[in-house]
Amino acid sequence: MTEYIPTHVGTVTKYVFIDSPDITPQNLSIRAYEISQGIMIKETCFGLQITGTPDEVGRVIGELRTLDPSHIFVKDRGFPPGDPRRCRANLGGARPGYYGHEFEVRLLRYISRGLDRLAACERDGIPVPETSPKKPPAATRLDVKRLKKIIDAEEP
Amino acid sequence: MAKVFIYPATSLILSDMVERWGHSPLGAAVAVREHIQTPGLDSPPLQMTPDDPKRGLKYAAVEVPSGVRGRMSLFGPLIEEADAAIIVNDADLAFGCMGCARTNELVKYLIRKRGIPILDLVYPACDEDGVAFVAAIKAFLSDLPGGVP
Repeated sequence: MTEYIPTHVGTVTKYVFIDSPDITPQNLSIRAYEISQGIMIKETCFGLQITGTPDEVGRVIGELRTLDPSHIFVKDRGFPPGDPRRCRANLGGARPGYYGHEFEVRLLRYISRGLDRLAACERDGIPVPETSPKKPPAATRLDVKRLKKIIDAEEP
Repeated sequence: MAKVFIYPATSLILSDMVERWGHSPLGAAVAVREHIQTPGLDSPPLQMTPDDPKRGLKYAAVEVPSGVRGRMSLFGPLIEEADAAIIVNDADLAFGCMGCARTNELVKYLIRKRGIPILDLVYPACDEDGVAFVAAIKAFLSDLPGGVP
């Protein structure tokens, strides 16, 4: 084993996902460059990656969110952009973690609709519609008949 | 500001919701960042060293596979630190090998055992579900200390 000397110590990296009909990652990156001071910004197909001191990254993200509050989503990232242990330029194929993002990005339109509805209710002074969220189903056991059917269906 | 553990720990939606309403999300990225920003011995890709499964012994017995104990060395301290938790139960992205599956079970068990406020949900599948999902998370987070009303 060799000695490990970390880089970017004391910084945070955040993903900024944009799922908006009005704003592209390019618009977002230009705005981020305009308002940022001394942070690293990388434009990606889904939005941005921003690396810097926690305060500055928080300030820039706060500003970016105002562009389209219900269609911009932010998440922490452990690695800085381009890290050879994660970057697909070195590894090939999809970046680890991509599949999780792919799954959740498909649901963002429902979340955006929820955020829009809540914002509209607050603006108009209307109470939020009282719909209870779906609860997780109770744990179900495998039916014995179904199990037998599965066993019988096995190739000899 | 409360520290809210999110499950799945890599969830974009939960991480965003928690941060959006003034709290601090505790997810995998926070633990991974701490690992890769700490000097030591080079152990790519996640800087998990043989010491990590030993730290995981606090949460899982020695017979448990080292993969579970290694994962618990990341998640265990976050669970201890959390003031509340949001759990999405039907997350396809949490699917994985037996190490992931057992870790997921253990993580949920430890969260429930701590007795902190927990919000149990499933992912939305339509617009109405989305409204209910967001409203439930907002109401839960507003009730926590330091929450935005």
